[in-house]
Amino acid sequence: MSTTTIRVRPRRTRGTGLGLLAWVLGVLFFLPIAWMALTSFHSEADAATNPPSFGAALTLDGYRDFFGTGGGASPWPALANSLVASVASTLFVLLLALPAAYALSVRPVKKWTDVLFFFLSTKMLPVVAGLLPIYLFAKNTGTLDNIWLLVILYTSMNLPIAVWMMQSFLAEVPVAVIEAAQIDGARLPTILARVVAPIALPGIAATALICFIFSWNELLFARVLTGVVAETAPVFLTGFITSQGLFLAKVCAASLVISLPVLAAGFAAQDKLVQGLSLGAVK
Amino acid sequence: MTATTTAPLATTPVRAARPPSGRLRAWATRAPLLPALIFMIAVTQLPFVATLVISFFDWNSLYPKARHFTGLSNYSDVLTDPDLRHSVWTTILLTAAVVLVSLLLGLALALLLDRRFRGRGVVRTLLIAPFLVVPVAAALLWKHVLYNPEYGLLNGLLHYVGGPQPDWISNTPLLAVEASLVWQWTPFMMLILLAGLQSRDQQQIEAARVDGASDWQVFRHLTLPHLRRYLELGALLGSIYIVQNFDAVFTITSGGLGTANLPYTVYQSFYQAHENGLASAAGVLVVFGSIIIATFALRVVSSLFREEVSRA
Repeated sequence: MSTTTIRVRPRRTRGTGLGLLAWVLGVLFFLPIAWMALTSFHSEADAATNPPSFGAALTLDGYRDFFGTGGGASPWPALANSLVASVASTLFVLLLALPAAYALSVRPVKKWTDVLFFFLSTKMLPVVAGLLPIYLFAKNTGTLDNIWLLVILYTSMNLPIAVWMMQSFLAEVPVAVIEAAQIDGARLPTILARVVAPIALPGIAATALICFIFSWNELLFARVLTGVVAETAPVFLTGFITSQGLFLAKVCAASLVISLPVLAAGFAAQDKLVQGLSLGAVK
Repeated sequence: MTATTTAPLATTPVRAARPPSGRLRAWATRAPLLPALIFMIAVTQLPFVATLVISFFDWNSLYPKARHFTGLSNYSDVLTDPDLRHSVWTTILLTAAVVLVSLLLGLALALLLDRRFRGRGVVRTLLIAPFLVVPVAAALLWKHVLYNPEYGLLNGLLHYVGGPQPDWISNTPLLAVEASLVWQWTPFMMLILLAGLQSRDQQQIEAARVDGASDWQVFRHLTLPHLRRYLELGALLGSIYIVQNFDAVFTITSGGLGTANLPYTVYQSFYQAHENGLASAAGVLVVFGSIIIATFALRVVSSLFREEVSRA
């Protein structure tokens, strides 16, 4: 490590130039979001001007409109549905994926690494491939517009990723430590709670976060399978598709509020996010 | 660091230490897998089998009595229907353009962020943000806040330099969808490639530098070969997600103006046209396309997987 500093010095000037370029690009990529945030605090009249009004007075009207005090549908039921679907499906995923990942990593099952690839391959089956039968099933069983149907589907959507991620996190638990605990007479529940969990917990938390994000973001299933009662936040947002920008501040406020949980979760787990999204292949 | 040192222990078969106490024991180790396996088969494979079956029927849900077996005619309809063929083409174009552009942009950004400079952490956080906006919200942002010809930010900024005021979505609909997706996916590519860059062998690079290798030579002969797997991984994972894109197409253009991709077309043919058989056949074709991508994807992931094990 110490040898690298010798090489860095002669290239310092170009380094700052490229640093500046990185800053410019970073700001450019963030600009749409910053603009959306600023617009959400403008009055509708100031939001819809050309040229854009940078210095217009700030107001909370956009947020007031969004939360329904200015008329229009309240977003609370949709937000509550999204929360239920995301949290419940994440819990189910953990419940199913933890034992599976344990069997695949800490106690490798003979010849069952193929199982890992089966899980991954289901992720590559496009959603549209099963959408119609699921819709017909829901229609015939009266589970259309029922949030628990989404919970089941989101569980299946995230389970493969979770198994893969947790498999790689659990593989980091040294088997020697587990064997030592076994020799000391510890049984499986104790080993899981005292040895495996403390080491793998950050990874499990990251897995949960990613499952939460994917469920929160999902649109196609929610759009097809929910209606009035079980509508989720992304479906609520689709109500703005044809608003022709009449309520630009409201659209911006809505988009920001609904993105907030994902933005917060994502910033909190930047590194683990990559590892999870690349199915544990990138460390 | 700890990961690489503990990995050999983790991959050492534990079975050796276990007394061979028969079939019951084997099932006990497999049992924890079963709930997840059974659940996955029930929720993902069964519906697909049903889709496959429906795809052989002429079945419009508005006329359920007229349902009958038609063999492969749905498939020939899908493949000969100009609209559907166009959506196949749109899917390929959309996926290829978004993956390639976001991969190249992501590579450039990863290389920039791999260097040390003031506020690197802040820039990284700014760059990740687009990937963390809910996809529908991101699509709404592009549609209303950026692209709108009358008060959108793009034309607002063009106004200052006296530029033209185009109607972006009407003039270049597919490009408009692609730009928004590139914006969302570049951060993802950047993150994967950044992880790749940071796993390079620094000593090797030092040695090359001492031997007088230029920046370009180091990039061309050391960095790029090392990044190859990460580039492949980014491209394949990006493809898997973007082939299935629904949110952006649905929100920005509602599939109009020639931007309907296969997922949108499948959605439309059963949700609006109620053509269950046709929609299923199109869905099965999407699966075949995905299987081709997935075969490559699995190979890449498994080689990364193996590399990791052998490195240990």
